Amino acid sequence: MVNSGYISLEDVRAILQSVVDPEIPVLTIADLGILRSVNERVDENGDLQFEIIITPTYSGCPATDLITTQIRMALFENNIRNFSIKTVLSPAWTTDWMNDEAKEKLRLYGIAPPVGKSTDVGLLEATEVACPRCGSKNTKLVSAFSSTACKAFYHCLDCLEPFDHFKCH
Amino acid sequence: MNTFSQYIIHLADDAIIMSQRLSEWTGHGPVLEQDIAMTNIALDYLGQARNFYQYAAILLGGDATEDSLAMLRMEHEFKNHLLVELPNGDWAQTILKVYFFSAYQKLLMQQLVQCNDEQVSGIAEKSLKEVSYHFRWSMEWVLRLGDGTAESHQRMVYALGDTWMFTSELLEQPKYHQGWVDYASIKKAWMEEVAKAFSEASIEWPHGPSFQTGGLDGKHTEHLGYTLAEMQYMQRTYPNSEW
Repeated sequence: MVNSGYISLEDVRAILQSVVDPEIPVLTIADLGILRSVNERVDENGDLQFEIIITPTYSGCPATDLITTQIRMALFENNIRNFSIKTVLSPAWTTDWMNDEAKEKLRLYGIAPPVGKSTDVGLLEATEVACPRCGSKNTKLVSAFSSTACKAFYHCLDCLEPFDHFKCH
Repeated sequence: MNTFSQYIIHLADDAIIMSQRLSEWTGHGPVLEQDIAMTNIALDYLGQARNFYQYAAILLGGDATEDSLAMLRMEHEFKNHLLVELPNGDWAQTILKVYFFSAYQKLLMQQLVQCNDEQVSGIAEKSLKEVSYHFRWSMEWVLRLGDGTAESHQRMVYALGDTWMFTSELLEQPKYHQGWVDYASIKKAWMEEVAKAFSEASIEWPHGPSFQTGGLDGKHTEHLGYTLAEMQYMQRTYPNSEW
């Protein structure tokens, strides 16, 4: 790929598949829905330009700057420099974009995946959250906020393990 | 500076002062979980502030940047509501401040999402989700404290006495508004929402008037200067320093 001389849109997409979230390294930025799209266009000099569109999970998520750097690094390592990264806010990021496979990866990593749809969240975490370790639904919300903006903190009353829940957002 | 950029800066200023104030709780929360809650909410506000300042910097042009707007303006140039600059006080006072502000901000963002400026509506769409969460969280605390022990109730009563006079400004239409928001409807919905929560939390509706205004036009309480002194210290002492 590196020495073929021609870089296609598919090549760029494939490289971006290797970029993981800095806080949850089992998920790629594509799994999380942070990577919105990759497009190509020909600029005024007739050169091919790739445009990478990303969206932050939360407005103040400090990982966003790091993710931008990681994208840049991944492409630079493959000798790709003809790209720009654009951050968009709308449509606002939602956990609904996370597919079942990503949710399962999250659970195996020890984080309870988001339950339900972002549109049906009740009063503060009213949903039943299963413990990612033992599967019990006998769990208790400890804090609506946790180690990162996108998570809430839970406690399993059966296996007694504390765990993070990726909030439905 | 035209009214458009003034309005965007007003939205940004509210967010950054809320953020700065709440971040003062870092390491001082009553329990670790709520310490984390405060700092997470502060981070959301910081993100909102950055989004609005970045947009304002584009509108203003020249050498304005998100950093210069946040770190190099004086208190009379800030257009935040007086409520957000008040000292944190005790837990009850901070909770009530977050509750009053997020109840307002939720109604505000719901309307800004509909506005015809793509950037503002995008920021509002993003913020609304976070703000709704702040609102629910702070309301649960209002209920818990108001309807909790004799002491927690008393502290809510005191907190209300210290903050109520600043609430009418929160519902006032800024003179540089852009016609995107119906402030009268926000006021009505806010009053209803707060009345409902107070009744559930066994908090008596305040009798005193709410009369303090001026923040929207840069006339602030003495507290803002001290907050800015702390927030802007690094950039003013070491100009152009970067993180």
